[in-house]
Amino acid sequence: MEIALAMTLIALGIAATLAIIRATLGPTSFDRVLAVNAVGSIAVLLIAVYGFFDGRPAFLDIAMLYALINFIGTIAILKFFRFGTLGDHVLHEDEEDA
Amino acid sequence: MSATDIMQFIGIASLLIGSLAVIFGALGLLRLGDVYQRMHGAGIVDTGGAGLILFGLLMLSPDWTVTVRLILIGFILVMTGPTATHAIARAVRLSDQEPDNLKAKKNSERGRG
Repeated sequence: MEIALAMTLIALGIAATLAIIRATLGPTSFDRVLAVNAVGSIAVLLIAVYGFFDGRPAFLDIAMLYALINFIGTIAILKFFRFGTLGDHVLHEDEEDA
Repeated sequence: MSATDIMQFIGIASLLIGSLAVIFGALGLLRLGDVYQRMHGAGIVDTGGAGLILFGLLMLSPDWTVTVRLILIGFILVMTGPTATHAIARAVRLSDQEPDNLKAKKNSERGRG
C-alpha cells in the first residue's frame, strides 16, 4: 500500500511540474490561470495522499482548505483581469452587457 | 481473501489509474495548442484524476472521520472545479479569442471540410 501511495505521489509531482511549465510558458494570461488552477487541484490531491502516506489524517483538513482557497483565488484573478479592480466596478458599468 | 483485502485492492488500483489520468491531463495541459483545448486537459485532472484518487483513498481509509473528510474534499472539488473552468472559459470568450480550428476554417476560403 505504501508503494502505491508513493507512486501516486511521484505521479502527482510530475503532473504538477508539467502544469508549472505551462504556467511559465503560457502565451495568454488565461493559460496561466488555467495552469495555476490545475496546480492547485494537484496540490490538494498531493496533500491528501501525503497525509495517507505519512499516517497523519489531519492533512485532509489542510487539503480541504486549499481547495476552497484555490477556487476563490481563481475567481478573484479572473475578476481582476476583467474589471481591473476587485471591488468597485461601478466605473466600468458600460461593460456589463454580457 | 477478506473484504478488507478486496477494498485495498480496489483502492490501490484506482489510485494508480488516477495518477495515470492526472499525468495524461497535465500532459494535455502542456501539449495541446489552444486555451480551449488546454481546458480539456485541466478537466481531466479535475474529474478523472481527482475522482479516482479520492475514491482510492476512500477505499483505504482506516477511520470513519477520514471517510467523511474525503467525501467533503470530493464534494468541494466537484462543486468548485467546473465553476472555475467555466469562469475561465467565459473570460477567454469575452476577451474575443477564437478557437484555433474556427480561425483556420474562417481563414481558408475553400474549406476542405
